[in-house]
Amino acid sequence: MIEYEGTMTKNVLKYLIVGNSAGGIGAVEGIRTIDKQGTIGIISDEPYQTYSRPLISHYLAEPCPIEKLWYRPADFYKKNGITTFLGKKVKKIDCRHHSVLLNTGEKILWGKLLLATGGSPIIPKIKGVPQQGVFTFTTLDDAIAIDQYLNKLPQDNISAVVVGGGLIGVSVTEALAKRGVCVSIVEMRERILNTILDEHASAIAAKALQQAGVDIITGSTVNEVKNVRDNTLSAVLGSNREILCNLVVLAIGVIPRVELATDAGIKVNRGIVVNKNMVSSSPDIYACGDTSEAYDFIYDECRLTPIWPNAYIGGKVAGLNMAGSSAEYPGGTALNSLPYFGLDITSAGIINPGNSSFEIIENLSNNNYRKIILKDGLIKGMIFTGIVDRSGIIYHLMKDRVNTESFKKELIADDFGMASLPEEVWRSRLKIQAPETNTNKCTASAGEIR
Amino acid sequence: MKKIYVNEEICIGCNLCEVFCRLAHAQSDDLIKELKSKTAPVARVSIEVRKPVSFSVRCQHCEEAPCVSACLTGALKKDETTGAITHNEEKCIGCWTCMMVCPIGAIKQDKLRRKAVKCDLCEGRDIPLCVANCPNEALIFAEESDDIKQNIDDNSICYDPA
Repeated sequence: MIEYEGTMTKNVLKYLIVGNSAGGIGAVEGIRTIDKQGTIGIISDEPYQTYSRPLISHYLAEPCPIEKLWYRPADFYKKNGITTFLGKKVKKIDCRHHSVLLNTGEKILWGKLLLATGGSPIIPKIKGVPQQGVFTFTTLDDAIAIDQYLNKLPQDNISAVVVGGGLIGVSVTEALAKRGVCVSIVEMRERILNTILDEHASAIAAKALQQAGVDIITGSTVNEVKNVRDNTLSAVLGSNREILCNLVVLAIGVIPRVELATDAGIKVNRGIVVNKNMVSSSPDIYACGDTSEAYDFIYDECRLTPIWPNAYIGGKVAGLNMAGSSAEYPGGTALNSLPYFGLDITSAGIINPGNSSFEIIENLSNNNYRKIILKDGLIKGMIFTGIVDRSGIIYHLMKDRVNTESFKKELIADDFGMASLPEEVWRSRLKIQAPETNTNKCTASAGEIR
Repeated sequence: MKKIYVNEEICIGCNLCEVFCRLAHAQSDDLIKELKSKTAPVARVSIEVRKPVSFSVRCQHCEEAPCVSACLTGALKKDETTGAITHNEEKCIGCWTCMMVCPIGAIKQDKLRRKAVKCDLCEGRDIPLCVANCPNEALIFAEESDDIKQNIDDNSICYDPA
């Protein structure tokens, strides 16, 4: 048995976290609510302190000091007593001896290990990839690389091809458009944002992008990237149409980074398989975030839900359990907000039900499109556009499995709010019973006087 | 910590809490000027009416706040000393993720500045302006009593891992 407490060496740690983003930070905050002393280490192949990944598009649009991207204050690591191994990679996990080996040759012993390794960008098999001028867009280094590349180009008439019209593709498109770059999005399917939006909301989004000058090419793929001359590329589409551009950004999606887990013999499906306590098939190894398959309350099964809030909560639950608590992951589901090109769109759950057993109710008036997808009175999916501040009320009805049959029409009403819910629901949510009303106080003192 | 509670039985939905919330977050003390201004601040409270029921809704400063877990940038935090949920508007990017997870719809969109806004309990004032100006005393600014705490625990809708 290794003694983790009071050990002076930085290579023996009670808690070791691989990954320095939402999941890893959630775990630190979970651990520290219970164990204020136990040694914690964080390993990340990125050299930076924890930053808000969604902000990389803001950075690219308007480069700023990177401190502005920090997800936690600069003193976070010191305050929480964390040993960091930044810019280093784990080469191998040894489950039996509770150790990891880094690319630097360092060996670290751990008591509990968390894999919060996230996802890596999918790089499709395209002729001419990789080459200079072709980028991915998932890390701060990607944003910095694109920024530096743009700065070297003559500043007028820059054009880009973004491969993939999902959330990452649209976010990098917005950033490039803000820099004055002329962008063409090439989306394989019939419409952009097809996994997180339905046809109607997709069309609203496409219109906003086109109004900002973005060219959207759907039903097409990029089959080859040719080098035409210095800093000029040609993206060859399936139709053999060629688009001349200065850069290509591959934004097809991400896949869980599971190689370490697989090599260590940990059970992996599409992601690392975890139970409700976020424990993997190896008892002292936990996983969370984009790399894991955690419980999805809409599908009632474990699946990938690679979104930031789920990663944080999964990490926090893992951290609590690593420190000896018995916390359960409450379950998550796909949950997306689209804040690009002046759009306000939120969506969650099943957006495009594949069969007719779902009931759909929608409100198309007033530019505030609202849609609810139901099954037997239970909400399974939602889309809100425009005024989205009450979408959380719906999300929680969905999460708490509240049967909405008797008030479902209210859910899409323009004036939907807490008072639209049945009394027992708003009462329990708002806890609006006063601690002691003034009337009661008066009665009490009157009684004393008598 | 002290929170704002609503006694919905005596709330008549007069909207004054909303008016005073906007004033509390305005640049000047000129009520009329502020309310008429195009850049008038967004109220951090909403009035929910389904006659005869009416009540106002604002941030409840949850023990385990879903908005803090969901915030992409670290703008939303739980103050370690007071327990209040604070919002650093400078860090906010207006992604509205917090709104998607707030079970009561208490976070509002300031579309003009593209920032999420929410009740800050009128930081710096002894009594929040909405409470001080509620004509019916339907709003109460009080310590969480055990009764309330019990009620909150019983009806816990917030994620509570412990």
